[in-house]
Amino acid sequence: MAQTAVAGKQKWWEGGKSPFNVEYGKLMMWYFLMSDAFTFGAFLISYGTVRFSSNGWPDPNQVFSSFPFAGHTHLPLVFVSVMTFILIASSVTMVLAVGEGHANNRKGVIKYMIWTIIGGLAFLGCQAWEWHHLHEQGAWWGRNPFLNFGDTPSSTNFTNFFFTITGFHGFHVLSGVVINIIMLIMTIRGVFDRKGHYLMIEKAGLYWHFVDLVWVFVFTCFYLF
Amino acid sequence: METFETVKKSHADGDGHGFDKKAIIRTFWILLAITCVELIVGMFIAPHYHSLKIMFNVLYIILTLAKAFYIIAEFMHLGHEIKNLVMTIAVPALLFIWFITAFLWDGSSYNHLRNTYDPYYHERTTTPIKQTTPAHGHENHEVEKPGAVH
Repeated sequence: MAQTAVAGKQKWWEGGKSPFNVEYGKLMMWYFLMSDAFTFGAFLISYGTVRFSSNGWPDPNQVFSSFPFAGHTHLPLVFVSVMTFILIASSVTMVLAVGEGHANNRKGVIKYMIWTIIGGLAFLGCQAWEWHHLHEQGAWWGRNPFLNFGDTPSSTNFTNFFFTITGFHGFHVLSGVVINIIMLIMTIRGVFDRKGHYLMIEKAGLYWHFVDLVWVFVFTCFYLF
Repeated sequence: METFETVKKSHADGDGHGFDKKAIIRTFWILLAITCVELIVGMFIAPHYHSLKIMFNVLYIILTLAKAFYIIAEFMHLGHEIKNLVMTIAVPALLFIWFITAFLWDGSSYNHLRNTYDPYYHERTTTPIKQTTPAHGHENHEVEKPGAVH
């Protein structure tokens, strides 16, 4: 914990210092993430509302059962598990990058940022394959080839929500990768060594963890429920 | 007087927050374990107990919230930040409880009302289509009674 009060409470609101004991940019990043959390929350909750209002819905164990290069296979949820693992692992390498930043270890930051970027690109590649494969089967905005569980006729709500929400999330992953690449370039050029701190990496890290966090919920809503 | 410079310095010299590599790796294993449990239940257990679907969904929600807690507290470090900051995040997030409850309840009510007052819709959406050829990756389901959908 940061330097805490010894005798008497710390006067956090007297001015001259950050009342939350973090720098301005970090606090603002947290507030941006809150707003983004409500945006994603609105998307996912509207998906839940429409699904609750429907009499039937496609079975994820049937729809999401393919795997790249495995042809006509039936491996429910395996591919999405790989995607989840990749994203969580890239979150770990991001934390390690932040840790190296705390120790002002430029080479360590570079190493872990590269791994994080690779993880992000791998996730995007997987998501692109998933989209392409579903599209090949006839799924797209406005087109749903999958029947509901129980073989009742389905609506395009399923594919509309799937592509919109995973697309919006994928867009966040893409922007996160771009930000991470910029962070990597700045680190290599010694920008943070000159500043004397790696707080930018921390802020980029918060954004990346948020992206991972959203995926955890998207994965649960679309693939498990 | 604590300024941005002193805050910056305490963050920069590592033990301002005690960056704990061990805790991070441990958190990774916890997240991996929770994900594996979710997947085993979702892939192998739940498909055989369709009547218990609500129970499984509650389980997924609890496990997902646990994952969210670990990501926020450890990876995003919020668990080690000052209490006031934690509160500015946690208190607005409580809005989600109302948000989710209200809208899912609404959706459910819409479903109930529509089925009650639009019997054609009810019959059209709960009558299975007889499949002649299986679609890609689709196993032949037995034709279930209408209304037997989850």
